[in-house]
Amino acid sequence: MKEYIIRLVYVEMLGHDASFGYIHAVKMIHDDSLLVKRTGYLAVTLFLNEDHDLIILIVNTIQKDLKSDNYLVVCAALNAVCKLINEETIPAVLPQIVELLAHPKEAVRKKAIMALHRFYQKSSSSVSHLVSNFRKRLCDNDPGVMGATLCPLFDLITNDVNSYKDLVISFVSILKQVAERRLPKAYDYHQMPAPFIQIKLLKILALLGSSDKQASENMYTVVGDIFRKCDSSSNIGNAVLYECICCVSSIYPNHKLLESAADAISRFLKSDSHNLKYMGIDALGRLIKISPEIAEQHQLAVIDCLEDPDDTLKRKTFELLYKMTKSTNVEVIVDRMIDYMNSINDNHYKTEIASRCVELAEQFAPSNQWFIQTMNKVFEHAGDLVNIKVAHNLMRLIAEGFGEDDDTADSQLRSSAVESYLHILGEPKLPSVFLQVICWVLGEYGTADGKYSASYITGKLCDVAEAYSNDETVKAYAVTALMKIYAFEIAAGRKVDMLPECHSLMEEFLASHSTDLQQRAYELQAVIGLDAHAVESILPSDASCEDIEVDKALSFLNDYIQESIEKGAQPYIPESERTGMLNISNFRNQDHHEASSHGLRFEAYELPKQTVQARIPPASLASTELVPVPEAMYPRESYQTTTVPSVSSDAASTELKLRLDGVQKRWGRQTHFPSTSTSNSTSLKTVNGITQVDGSNTANSRTRETYDSRKQVEISPEKQKLAASLFGGPSKTEKKSATGHKSSKPSSHMVKSHAPKSSMEVASEKTSVQQPPDLLDFGEPTVKSTAPSLDPFKDLEGLLEPTTQVSSAVNHSSTAAVTKSPDIMGLYTETTAGAHHKDSDILSGLSKPPMTNMVGGTTTMQVAQSSKGPNLKDSLEKDALVRQIGVTPSSQNPNLFKDILG
Amino acid sequence: MGIRFILMVNKQGQTRLAQYYEWLTLEERRALEGEIVRKCLARNEQQCSFVEHRNYKIVYRRYASLFFLVGVDNDENELAILEFIHLLVETMDRHFGNVCELDIMFHLEKAHFMLEEMVMNGSIVETSKANILSPIQLMDKAS
Repeated sequence: MKEYIIRLVYVEMLGHDASFGYIHAVKMIHDDSLLVKRTGYLAVTLFLNEDHDLIILIVNTIQKDLKSDNYLVVCAALNAVCKLINEETIPAVLPQIVELLAHPKEAVRKKAIMALHRFYQKSSSSVSHLVSNFRKRLCDNDPGVMGATLCPLFDLITNDVNSYKDLVISFVSILKQVAERRLPKAYDYHQMPAPFIQIKLLKILALLGSSDKQASENMYTVVGDIFRKCDSSSNIGNAVLYECICCVSSIYPNHKLLESAADAISRFLKSDSHNLKYMGIDALGRLIKISPEIAEQHQLAVIDCLEDPDDTLKRKTFELLYKMTKSTNVEVIVDRMIDYMNSINDNHYKTEIASRCVELAEQFAPSNQWFIQTMNKVFEHAGDLVNIKVAHNLMRLIAEGFGEDDDTADSQLRSSAVESYLHILGEPKLPSVFLQVICWVLGEYGTADGKYSASYITGKLCDVAEAYSNDETVKAYAVTALMKIYAFEIAAGRKVDMLPECHSLMEEFLASHSTDLQQRAYELQAVIGLDAHAVESILPSDASCEDIEVDKALSFLNDYIQESIEKGAQPYIPESERTGMLNISNFRNQDHHEASSHGLRFEAYELPKQTVQARIPPASLASTELVPVPEAMYPRESYQTTTVPSVSSDAASTELKLRLDGVQKRWGRQTHFPSTSTSNSTSLKTVNGITQVDGSNTANSRTRETYDSRKQVEISPEKQKLAASLFGGPSKTEKKSATGHKSSKPSSHMVKSHAPKSSMEVASEKTSVQQPPDLLDFGEPTVKSTAPSLDPFKDLEGLLEPTTQVSSAVNHSSTAAVTKSPDIMGLYTETTAGAHHKDSDILSGLSKPPMTNMVGGTTTMQVAQSSKGPNLKDSLEKDALVRQIGVTPSSQNPNLFKDILG
Repeated sequence: MGIRFILMVNKQGQTRLAQYYEWLTLEERRALEGEIVRKCLARNEQQCSFVEHRNYKIVYRRYASLFFLVGVDNDENELAILEFIHLLVETMDRHFGNVCELDIMFHLEKAHFMLEEMVMNGSIVETSKANILSPIQLMDKAS
């Protein structure tokens, strides 16, 4: 029987269902033979999860076995307890396990502790009264029990540091004893005394000492001892060293310990072993928070790791860079990240790195142009993985510009954005989110600077709508953009000719299944038919960030209500007062309202267009499709009426009314909204709709306000900084790191020390001749913005080109050593924006593209070899046997077995 | 939690031992093992022994034809896990004497018993070889 059960374990291990045999495993735990019983327990722990139906059959046996005289039986049962007992069954075994804590056998005590640990993980309340037991077991005579007790204590301390501060002394003395080899020899591993216990203890000390000077002071001596005693030639010694570094970087800083930690890190980084380099990079990332200056010593090593073909190492290095990003090196780092992002296929990691790019760019962006360019790149390559909010931020940034009063700079920003987007639209496949941004910007600012004709832009937009015909959100954005452009044209007094492809597109949309698209198309049609004055008030140019005030009380309707009541309508009864009784209002009355409210209603759904779209995109779009049309329109209505009271001029409104008759009928019922007398279900919903929208809208405007104010706060120190830059003193306020000025000092001296050695000197001299201001004020990335450029994007490119030529010339003649120094400069020195670009360009020029794609081919090769492997020499006969046991090729990766099985 | 799972896989990608410390369904296990094994088999000796996979970090070590893979949390000491693998192999070596893939295949339950002694709830609880092996030897004697 035992053999069969083990074969079942095999069956499951190879990915096939073996649930038919579970019951036999359960039966086996009743067996008298110890070996069979334990195998049975093993099988059930492998087969079942804690919520399986069969568990109820096992609990009873466990209870019985926990009382057994044979301690091995008790141990087997405790193993099962750790895996199979869920929250409800904890009380059934808890008392017995507490008794076992005093068992004479240390193995039993150890497992009992671990069972309690498991209960704590499952539901901390069930064992909260037993915490004192853990403290008691820490003083157990047996080192194994003590070591095991560290596991639950680690969890307890993680959750609540303060109640265990008293244990610091005990932990320190235990660690001291362990380090002094007081434990039995059996716990030694490669001449290290109980390294795993040391590591656990160091982890606990790191938790206890974090930002607690008093507790930390108790630890300094012992941690220092371990630093000295650790044998750095063995892996396990290095593992303990690494844990020491983690501990040192977490507890209250001590100068001497930090020094030893820095030494250990430099040993890790200099080692040939990739494993140690990995640990070194990780440790550096931890220590850099406390002493940022240590990064400088290891620049070369870090750059090496960044260029390494090993993906794991590279990721770790990016993590490190992410931690040390400042406003001065953000451009280089983000460029690098984006390059790397393009080269990987793993969506999980791509998402992560994209969000990091966005985060860094938002936090440290040196200029808005750079921010927009960076966002473009991120969207282009990982658009579908980026949060939609990021797109909205970008749109808002473009719309609001710098937040200063400098209108020309804003419009330059926009026209350069438009230009870059028109360029990007040439790319074959773009992510949906990015297309939405492009459409919005083109619609809003495409024709603003007069550089591109309306027909050119609209042609592009039509192309977008056609090319991505299965993406309704994009199509909706495109239609609205078309509408805006036509509206601007009309408002400017020009004649509008719709392109033929635009006409066909509209016809298609008018018959679209998506009500949202249909609605937008009708709106477009309607707007085109209007005169310049009306159109201008409907879609004013560049008004996307003007606040829309919403009159929650709908006071503008008061006159109308008064009028209706005078005419005999019933007053509005709040929803709460009329629950249940749906009195059907007479239809004549309704009609009357409809007629009289035409003017109002019409404005309602034309105007709010922009805002609705920009602020509440896909979610609300979806809802328009799901919800019956009239309700979806209400929000707009509420915006509408308040926003543009000016349209109420009679001439305009009557005209609008006339033209929109057809449309009106589609949305006819929406006129219930202003009627106060009717209490049918529609009006009920209307009320709900309005209140909801009001809420969200005010929230929106509030966030916008805070955004604005924050921006201003950010900007003004930047200006100050600009002034300060002339004197060389950086005064940048940085949110993330207070390390700005610390690193600027050593970095300039870095340049001095490294550059002269190489022929790079020549290059730097050359550049200094070309652009003296750049080198004069190191550390000020904003120099560029002092000279307002005509076109920011172009200007950047212009800056790039001459310098790259110079530097590439140098590269040709220089050796590998030379190529390092520009790297360092790029990452560590605070240079001007211009110099930055030069560096980053060299970087990207030199770095060998790290695309080692080693997926398929090698595995099959290995398979071919492995069939002759030394270990399987005599295994041919056994192999046949094995296959009978159930080792069959899994369907998952068939080519792995092809070579062997033919 | 620390250790999430321990796998032993041979060069052909066949699983020889699997122990999970959190519950995954059969399909999830199969998918996870396939992805991880493919990733690790593709790496060479010079590259480091750590691979990130979704939210796990995989620490792996190769002994002849057998790969030992341990999936851990993000804040685990990778180098220590690497040495833990070696400790596991040393322990098995002491028990079986010159351990090889076949020993694990034909004594699957014993390999599991050793793991049960060494790791509980995803934490390393016992590192003394004598303590790990004594219950197994006692059981052998009894039966």
